[in-house]
Amino acid sequence: MSTANQDLEAFRAEARAWLEENFPKSLAGRASEYMAMEGGKELTGEARTWVERLAERGWGTPTWPSEYGGGGLSASQAAVLQEEMRSAGAFNPIPLRAGMGVTMVGPTILEYGTEEQKQKHLPPIARGEVRWCLGYSEPNAGSDLASLSTRAEDAGDHWVINGQKVWTSGADISDWCGALVRTDPKAGKRDGISFLMFTMHQEGVETRPIRLISGASPFCETFFNNARADKTDLLGPLNDGWTVGKRLLQHERASQTGAMDTGGRPAPLQELAKRYVGTDESGQLADSDLRSRLATHLMESKAHSLTLSRVAAEARGNPNVSAAASILKNTATNVAQTRAELTLEVMGHQGLAWEGDGFTEEEVNAVQSWLFGKAMSIYGGSFEIQYNIIAKNILGLPETTQKG
Amino acid sequence: MAVLNEEQTMLKDQAEAWVKEVAPVRAFRTLRDSGSDKGWDPAVWSAMVEMGWTGIVVPEAQGGSDLGYLTFGVLLEQTGRELTASPLLASALIGASALRLGGSDAQQRDWLPGVVDGSTVLTLAVDESNRHAPTRTAMKAEKAGDGFKLTGTKTLVPEGGEATAFVVPARTSGKPGDEDGITLFLVRGDSAGIERQRLATFDARGYANVSFDGVEVGKDAVLGEVDGGFGLLDAVLDRARAGLAAEMLGTASAAFDMTLDYLQTRKQFGAVIGSFQALGHRAAALYSQKELTRSCVEAALEALDKDADDAAQLCSLAKGKAGDFLFNMSNELIQIHGGIGMTDEFDAGFYLKRARAVESLYGNRAFHRDRYATLLGF
Repeated sequence: MSTANQDLEAFRAEARAWLEENFPKSLAGRASEYMAMEGGKELTGEARTWVERLAERGWGTPTWPSEYGGGGLSASQAAVLQEEMRSAGAFNPIPLRAGMGVTMVGPTILEYGTEEQKQKHLPPIARGEVRWCLGYSEPNAGSDLASLSTRAEDAGDHWVINGQKVWTSGADISDWCGALVRTDPKAGKRDGISFLMFTMHQEGVETRPIRLISGASPFCETFFNNARADKTDLLGPLNDGWTVGKRLLQHERASQTGAMDTGGRPAPLQELAKRYVGTDESGQLADSDLRSRLATHLMESKAHSLTLSRVAAEARGNPNVSAAASILKNTATNVAQTRAELTLEVMGHQGLAWEGDGFTEEEVNAVQSWLFGKAMSIYGGSFEIQYNIIAKNILGLPETTQKG
Repeated sequence: MAVLNEEQTMLKDQAEAWVKEVAPVRAFRTLRDSGSDKGWDPAVWSAMVEMGWTGIVVPEAQGGSDLGYLTFGVLLEQTGRELTASPLLASALIGASALRLGGSDAQQRDWLPGVVDGSTVLTLAVDESNRHAPTRTAMKAEKAGDGFKLTGTKTLVPEGGEATAFVVPARTSGKPGDEDGITLFLVRGDSAGIERQRLATFDARGYANVSFDGVEVGKDAVLGEVDGGFGLLDAVLDRARAGLAAEMLGTASAAFDMTLDYLQTRKQFGAVIGSFQALGHRAAALYSQKELTRSCVEAALEALDKDADDAAQLCSLAKGKAGDFLFNMSNELIQIHGGIGMTDEFDAGFYLKRARAVESLYGNRAFHRDRYATLLGF
């Protein structure tokens, strides 16, 4: 065994012992209960104890430096920790409690923030105490994000923000916001944008939840009416927020490739199909056309997950977000949307479930996922924008008739 | 998942350089135009033997290097890129695998050194109709004295025209459709009663239909168990599928590179055509398919090396996904090149033809979709 492997095994023993001592056994296997809690401001009892212990150890954000509340672990150690947590039935609720803080804002502050900003913002995220949202899209700036018009004016010792954002996930329950705002209206489209951070708990900020085709959603419209940001909360250089914001989007894509462990896997689709559609005397799905399309889907799904592991293996020790994340976002979207469509097809008439006694909870949930899943190819840079990025950045095709 | 080790990376670089220099598409074109019905260039085959490529999955005791299937895949990907014709897959991978998995010590000692030094070209003769359907094996193997007498016809046998020996599944009991009752035989190509019909196929390789008219073999010709050969056959076929998938990945990747190069250089309407979004998005989709296919192929080859439980599933996945990618890619290769893609002078046609031909071998996409579903229990 190599020294590196020995060190890793020593760490595994350490993680296991720590979990044994600190993870409340009563919470084992109950991830979905605690992970799904929206907002979840008031944790009580053992769940609260668990989050506090996890934060104390820095293992809610295992790879962040320990001086900012992280665990200071290597990527391989973090993977070992995740394995050990899984086998102990433990889970890490801190990323969800911090909204966009752990997955997107934090890594971007680590890269672009001043020492003061890191000290101020990272530890509360690492403890899961401060929830972040992101102000990116606007009613007239969707795929063409750089045409955004929310503006921030210099008022001497602070910035004054006016305008409107949309699709701000969790804005109504967030404590802080990171937003792209126009700080130089005279500069070129991408050159006059800055990345500002400010508290959501102020008079000039108003949020309104958006009801979607699937029902209630985490998305909001967010209005700024003379909202205020401290001068010290400009992230990265003034008027170069586009670079900062794009980098953050890479972290967003990386978090949407299906690589994140969400706990609890759904039952295999083929089992659901056998239950709803039935089988013939040889044990094959009774609908041969569906069987063939189901096989095609499961093969695509397997190809996607094998690619996730391959990209992870090839990137080991390489801290940069892989360019392949763009491919994986689209393949993950394809797989998930196809799965949702096939699920409804499998359920037949029962796949029309909205609410009430005529339908099971499983059926209602399937419909919700199907509807909400349509957003996957729109948010985080639409399917088409991802293809633009692959064509331009990976394949090196020129950008003369396409923008983005 | 597969990250190549130092040795594999070295072999890849060596193979890439060698194939480009010695056995590129240009050489395949010359071979085709020469009208040779052999199907490969003896000098190319000798060079492969010389480089040790024929011993990759052969145990060291029999003169091989035993480097495994992932390593073999690295080579096949490179020969696939340039459409290099040779018995490498048919004999050094598939024939050798049959002996490695099913051969007695004596059989391995008798046969493998010949496979490694290239003097023996051992090919699997499995299909009997216009479809790949190994359980449908009907070829008769009747007891005759101490041995057996084989009667029947095998279709589209790779390198069947030149093979010096065959691995032949035949029925010792049961009926077509049964897994039980199939036995594998090692049959010398010069045995009395063998007749070969060389086939002029559009991918210009050395296929033949091979008929066996009461061919007599001794009991030492039985590979594995009498009546219980299907498991062995299936395992050999999985190695064939994963190896061919690696070759197909190479073929499709080369077609992708040719297409990308054209998108970056061809100008129309005053612009490089790759700047048109309709084409850029198709290139992006093909690139995604390329990445997914590589993951499947490498996973299948690795699973074979590790003898993993899900190896059969992964081999069907690899052949199926490589089939999807190569089908799309070879068609887009022609479409995106436009008129030039239709000319024989340009190489695109070779790729399209090869793509369509390999789709038929060791199970097409429909076969593997069905098998994948069955293996997953639906």
